[in-house]
Amino acid sequence: MPAIQETVEQVRRIDVDQYRYGFETDIESDKAPKGLSEDIVRFISAKKSEPQWMLDWRLEAYRRWVTMREPTWARVEYPKIDYQDYYYYAAPKQKKGPNSLDEVDPKILETYNKLGIPLREQEVLAGVTRGDGTRTPVAVDAVFDSVSVATTFQEELKKAGVIFMPISKALQEHPELVRKYLGSVVPITDNFFATLNSAVFSDGSFVYVPPGVRCPMELSTYFRMNEKNTGQFERTLIIADKGAYVSYLEGCTAPMRDENQLHAAVVELVALDDAEIKYSTVQNWYPGDADGKGGIYNFVTKRGDCRGDRSKISWTQVETGSAITWKYPSCILRGNDASGEFYSIAISNGRQQVDSGTKMVHLGKNTTSRIISKGIAAAYSQNTYRGLVSAHRKATGARNFTNCDSLLIGNKCGAHTVPYIEAKNASTIFEHEATTSKISDQMLFYCRQRGMSEEEAVALVVNGFVKDVLQHLPMEFAVEAQKLISISLEGSVG
Amino acid sequence: MSLLEISNLHARVEGKQILNGLNLTIEPGQVAAIMGPNGSGKSTLAYVLAGRPGYEVTEGDIRLDGESLLDLQPDERAARGVFLAFQYPMEIPGVATMTFLRTALNAQRKARGEPELTTPEFLKRVREAADHLEIKQEMLRRGVNVGFSGGEKKRNEILQMALLQPKLAVLDETDSGLDIDALKIVADGVNRLRSPERGMIVITHYQRLLDYIVPDVVHVLSKGRVVKSGDKNLALELEAKGYADYTGEAA
Repeated sequence: MPAIQETVEQVRRIDVDQYRYGFETDIESDKAPKGLSEDIVRFISAKKSEPQWMLDWRLEAYRRWVTMREPTWARVEYPKIDYQDYYYYAAPKQKKGPNSLDEVDPKILETYNKLGIPLREQEVLAGVTRGDGTRTPVAVDAVFDSVSVATTFQEELKKAGVIFMPISKALQEHPELVRKYLGSVVPITDNFFATLNSAVFSDGSFVYVPPGVRCPMELSTYFRMNEKNTGQFERTLIIADKGAYVSYLEGCTAPMRDENQLHAAVVELVALDDAEIKYSTVQNWYPGDADGKGGIYNFVTKRGDCRGDRSKISWTQVETGSAITWKYPSCILRGNDASGEFYSIAISNGRQQVDSGTKMVHLGKNTTSRIISKGIAAAYSQNTYRGLVSAHRKATGARNFTNCDSLLIGNKCGAHTVPYIEAKNASTIFEHEATTSKISDQMLFYCRQRGMSEEEAVALVVNGFVKDVLQHLPMEFAVEAQKLISISLEGSVG
Repeated sequence: MSLLEISNLHARVEGKQILNGLNLTIEPGQVAAIMGPNGSGKSTLAYVLAGRPGYEVTEGDIRLDGESLLDLQPDERAARGVFLAFQYPMEIPGVATMTFLRTALNAQRKARGEPELTTPEFLKRVREAADHLEIKQEMLRRGVNVGFSGGEKKRNEILQMALLQPKLAVLDETDSGLDIDALKIVADGVNRLRSPERGMIVITHYQRLLDYIVPDVVHVLSKGRVVKSGDKNLALELEAKGYADYTGEAA
């Protein structure tokens, strides 16, 4: 049997067995009745004791959503989603919100421990070692189903003036900030999934970094979907005020289930003058089994607004999970001299379908953007890069460089590239490079002749392929991502 | 015991029979040249020895140190000391040559139950081998064979051989695409690796390479069999007369 075929066989088996995070946590939860209606929206808002304006905002989104149609332009196929068959609110049962980690259900803490997310600060301090030997603490906000269960390092962040808390809490404590920025990047009318999220989001993370402050640690959120038939709709809002800097990491997992779970998140980033936001994601939702049964439907709207001059937003993503991925982290380059970056590794295996890419919208003068996308398709998966680069009439001197490479493993998968390029002024310089290659039998044989096992050979070739992107991830994440790539492609070696 | 014993080897590729009862023995320390016209099965023999998928052995056996290789995977054969210098070495973008060498060496050591080399020891060995082959450090940082000239690719093959220290080295048309200076460097590298324990099979179409790597024995391959064996003078004879004597009968 040719080597490639064996790899594909192996990969197919692995889908089912190798998803390491497919355990379920047995805790009582507080759920809203199944289905979606104005009453449910009111229920969620009331649960969170939200101000009236927030409820009105949600209801406006809901009424809008009812009139909208699910988009069909992406290169993904799935059975029609019955939106009335999901629960839109599930929270671990608790009398009131936890004030400290000691009040959090130990079973939840155990879950995060299994995932390797240390919530206790001392463990965090002990656990994270940088390449240069210094230790950088990471503040973690853990979201379980729809609710944020714990945010670490509150005190230390407070000293720096950084606000990092569940968005539900921010609505209580900093309503003016939330009201000013929420929906200002992704308006409630934006698209079907974002509008749905606006109506029913139950929690997520909120970050505000005041002017001139460099956030003293990496901020991190870990999302865990646990409840059956639950949609997870988290909303993240990050604001870097003038001259501020923040680096934010996001990770996701879910239990293995036969049914498809719905995930429709919205992430909004706002960078004011001279501010910089670095947003990294390692997405490892359950991808479904070898036959494509189960898995997460991931319909995510992520957008950053480089609102100020010389502001910078950088997206880095490693996508390995989900049955369906529909995701285009984008940058609106509004300020003059603003810059946007998108570094992506998207791996699809089994029957996974990925339609992902970015939008770089140049509005300000002398704005620059850079896109490095690496798609890897194996088994029967379909992997599409879809990207838009546009320069407005007034965006003189806009520059973009795009490099978009696809790697195929086996001959049943597909890689597709759909770039849209629009330049409305003559001083724009856009460059686009794209390649598609295949891990050939010959390449694998060459490596194996030198003594590497098939798994080692595939891992070596793939790691070479994604190197340009991996180096943009924060150190801790790069290591995790590298491991994840090996696991999702050829199983544990050794 | 012979190092390598090939007996009555029949093999086919994509349904086409290429090797038809090939017999060949290599003694420890011996350098054997294999010559023959195009299509006689030289490269097929090299791939079958290394266990390339798609090269199917239908009859016969290959034994290294008395152990049959037929059921072993390519990496298992490599760990037992089989090395193939490719006629067309593959490019692996993004993987530094140094990383490749280290991954390969450690994989073999692990398979043999030996500890991994320490970084200083590894670097020392690479540097020594690279110096002899006039390979610059800068080249080792580049992607494996990416942007290498023909000569650089072949030198890189010999570098790997020097580092992996195989029991049996098979050089598949290592001279193809080399100018005379590059040929000398490569031949010099190969000669340096001659040792009383190591066997080598030097596959070539032309006698020229054998001026620099002088073989102990020359075998002529035709239609998938060894049809004549002799000393190094046989190569000179072939150079003068061509392969017509060995291909004529069926033509």
